[in-house]
Amino acid sequence: MKTFAYRAVTDVDEAVAAEGTFLAGGTNLVDLMKLGVAAPETLVDINHLPLHDVVRRPDGGLRIGAGVRNSELAAHPVVRRHYPVLSQALLAGASGQLRNMATTGGNLLQRTRCRYFMDATKPCNKRVPGSGCPARDGDHRNLAVLGASDACVATHPSDMAVALVALDAVARVTGPDGERTIPIEVLHRLPGDQPHRDTVLEPGELITAVDLPPLGLPSAYRKARDRASYAFAVGSVAACLRLDDQGRVDDARLAFGAVAHKPWRARAAEEALRGGPATREAFLAAADAELAAAEPLRDNAFKVPLIRNLVATTLEELR
Amino acid sequence: MTLSPTRPGAIGTPVARIEGPLKVTGTARYAVEYPVENVVYAWVVQSPVARGTLTGLEAPEGDDVLTTLWHGNAPTLSEVDDPELAVLQSPTISYRGQVVALVVAKTLEAARGAALGVELEIAQEEHDVLLRDDHPGLYTPEKVNPAFPSDTSSGDVEAALTDAATTVDVTYETPALHNNPMEPHATTALWVDDELVLYDSNQGPSAIASQVAKVFGLKSSQVHVVAEHVGGGFGSKGSARPNAILAAMAARVVGYPVRLALPRQALFTMVGHRTPTIQRVRLGATADGVLTAIAHDVVEHTSQLFEFAEQTAVVTRHMYAAPNRRTSHQLARLDVPTPRWMRAPGEAPGMVALECAVDELAAALGLDPIELRIRNEPDVEPEDGTPFSSRHYVECLRLGAARFGWDTRPRQPRQRREGRWWVGTGVAGATYPSMVMPSRATVRIDASRNVLVEVAAVDIGTGSRTVLHQVAADVLGVPLENVTVRIGDSSLPRASIAGGSSGSASWGWAVDGACRKLREELTHLTGPVPSSGLSASFDTGPDVRSRENAGKHAFGAHFAEVRVDADTGEVRVSRLFGQYAVGRVLNPRTARSQFIGGMTMGLGMALHEESVLDAATGDWVNHDLAEYHVPAHADVEWIDAAWLDEEDSSVNPLGVKGIGEIGIVGSPAAIVNAIWHATGVRVRNLPVRLDKLLTDPAF
Repeated sequence: MKTFAYRAVTDVDEAVAAEGTFLAGGTNLVDLMKLGVAAPETLVDINHLPLHDVVRRPDGGLRIGAGVRNSELAAHPVVRRHYPVLSQALLAGASGQLRNMATTGGNLLQRTRCRYFMDATKPCNKRVPGSGCPARDGDHRNLAVLGASDACVATHPSDMAVALVALDAVARVTGPDGERTIPIEVLHRLPGDQPHRDTVLEPGELITAVDLPPLGLPSAYRKARDRASYAFAVGSVAACLRLDDQGRVDDARLAFGAVAHKPWRARAAEEALRGGPATREAFLAAADAELAAAEPLRDNAFKVPLIRNLVATTLEELR
Repeated sequence: MTLSPTRPGAIGTPVARIEGPLKVTGTARYAVEYPVENVVYAWVVQSPVARGTLTGLEAPEGDDVLTTLWHGNAPTLSEVDDPELAVLQSPTISYRGQVVALVVAKTLEAARGAALGVELEIAQEEHDVLLRDDHPGLYTPEKVNPAFPSDTSSGDVEAALTDAATTVDVTYETPALHNNPMEPHATTALWVDDELVLYDSNQGPSAIASQVAKVFGLKSSQVHVVAEHVGGGFGSKGSARPNAILAAMAARVVGYPVRLALPRQALFTMVGHRTPTIQRVRLGATADGVLTAIAHDVVEHTSQLFEFAEQTAVVTRHMYAAPNRRTSHQLARLDVPTPRWMRAPGEAPGMVALECAVDELAAALGLDPIELRIRNEPDVEPEDGTPFSSRHYVECLRLGAARFGWDTRPRQPRQRREGRWWVGTGVAGATYPSMVMPSRATVRIDASRNVLVEVAAVDIGTGSRTVLHQVAADVLGVPLENVTVRIGDSSLPRASIAGGSSGSASWGWAVDGACRKLREELTHLTGPVPSSGLSASFDTGPDVRSRENAGKHAFGAHFAEVRVDADTGEVRVSRLFGQYAVGRVLNPRTARSQFIGGMTMGLGMALHEESVLDAATGDWVNHDLAEYHVPAHADVEWIDAAWLDEEDSSVNPLGVKGIGEIGIVGSPAAIVNAIWHATGVRVRNLPVRLDKLLTDPAF
């Protein structure tokens, strides 16, 4: 690991002014530093910022401090009661020990688990722009089927972020130029020809909170993985569904995990569902509408039927 | 005479691990935790190419960096039996990840940082790392491990297959696997004049001392290996590994003690792996399920450095009767690290193919798979007619089936659906040879009847230290608390490695023998034990060397119930059960742990474990425990093991057959067979992950 400077800050302005890499729970960043994948000059420890509260907003929604730990958020009574998709997504991720450390902001900003990105001895356009992408022809079983580019086929590994995207959550950000809000759906980028940029955040910008609007419909998270716990998703679905008096779809929200460089909001599927029958056939057709854009690689075509099945079953359980 | 199992005493009772409190409080010392003054640190530099020549090296200098060793400046080593130990001796690069340099520095951080900055000049050559059953380089080795014929054949397999009422012709593939003990391969090395002290994580201090001595041109007595506690090995620490040689070499060069713990990623290249296998099994049977032919042909790999020939089909020579039979092994020499021992080498992958093929035959015949096995139970060793010293395979199948609840199982697959889950059950046999290796022990008793046992055994987490206490306590008739056992040190009486499931048999025999001699002395004693104490030693060598090894095996049967998610193809094991006949069980608590540990590793082999080879770089790309999956607790909902009261005094005086490996033999096949029974899909390429099920049209 490269020697680095360490500095702890106690207020947000000080954090933004400090030039360096923000350290929250450290569950991803510290690993990457040990692997030589990340080599920050300065770590700015933001664990002492007053960002550890979950508060009710006047509109009935929640404001989640960026420093709130994943375990705390998953157990929060309001989250459990009104946003089960979020609680389920959090608990589906990592291990108890990691969730005790990992924070809301840090979870959003975790890096891909692409095996080439994680190995500093191999080329990777995300780690070293222009060095190439061996994953496209190499090991890519758990990489992207949607929205990838020639330069990068990485996936975003978060479970929590998939739920947040389905919930229309918004990140509150403070940067050198002041505050702004960014819907989580557009916080993460597609790789294009700049895969080294995971998000639209500018240098120095700090996520201070995530706002959840009120959610008046049932929701759930389903995650498929290679072992029963302590494994990243190979495909996941966050879903919210409400039927009208006639039993037709009144409102539906869908987001997919482990299929793209970002948590994938399935707008085409939602459009196909709205006003239609709440049948398995209709759910499958909606999934197909979204997955028509899939461009699977040699070894990850299974993600298409996997997501398709997960969409149908998760919606069936919500109807 | 053997000890009676009904004799009251420590043997056969569930004594808790003697060192348990040390381990759970973190006070048990491992190889790089020994306090040593002036210690410095080493970090390995590994080849980024799979084949080529190292032509130059530029090493960063820094205040804390003491030296960077490579073949251009490293001391010349004396002699090696294992070419993987000839570290930093040659410019030739034989695989990606081979150690090409070693940075030694005053701090771990400095060593690691400098290693990242080392620049290598390499003349790279094209590499060949992919195993195929039509690889042009396939050849038949002279023998397979440790000294079995590569090929055997009797009768006329082809004719029998042609004439058979029912045949199965299937090819099963198992991937490369890595041992991944919790404690990495690690060494603290220091020279005291011409003597070398190694605190080293290994499975046999005596053997490691001899091997390291040879490499440095020393006498075995000049190398002192300490391995008091070892955090697992699974076979990969059964001989000296490059870490021990590198640490000792560096310590000699810099004149300070050196610590070297391999990073997890290096465990995927520098210390061994289980070869991938491609196994074709052909079975022929009469309409009523009597086998007429068994053929098991194996393709596997070895490295450019060393021929390691896994004995994958050897297990088929012992399992079932059939008049016409053949087994064969072919190797391809690839630009890969040398494969080595991994828990039940040979038996574990071999029984995947054989026991899944038998299940396929049962389905083709419309026969219950247990009944098919029972109909083909041999009276004697099927290949050479040697009588079995004891074989209770059929009893394990029957009793296990009753305990597991087999009788209500539908014969057809894809019959049981519970919510979104397909549910099915599967069975497979298990066997492992009953081995024993020469060992010595010394036992001393003092006037207060305190007993000190000394044997250069090692406890890699199995409970061997604990059972040696039990043996000594019972033979000498003293309470367990009176016994102290010293192991894990090459200066103790020479003992065999913790391998081949032979520890209790080999070391237990030596301790038993020494205690018996001492007891004999005590009976002739007139008056109290003298204040200087009394001692006795025993060497099993002559008895072990004259022992008849043929026909001595442990047996068992594995039963699995799985649930397969109809939406995702995710497999969860709801029940896993092993019924064994393994001779006498010395300690039911540590034995159960060995059995379910082996079964859990078998579960991993069936569902999770796979070292994913990247053809472009020749590297295993999932080289850490985040990406190389082993089972988590949630992957099995219920797991248990049981055993028969089998008595077989011919295997060794304690009557133990060995239990460390049999749990991984057959348990993967039981799970794969259960997945077929649940879903109707045969996956013949391990591990059975959700994508393989989901993309099968029959799913």
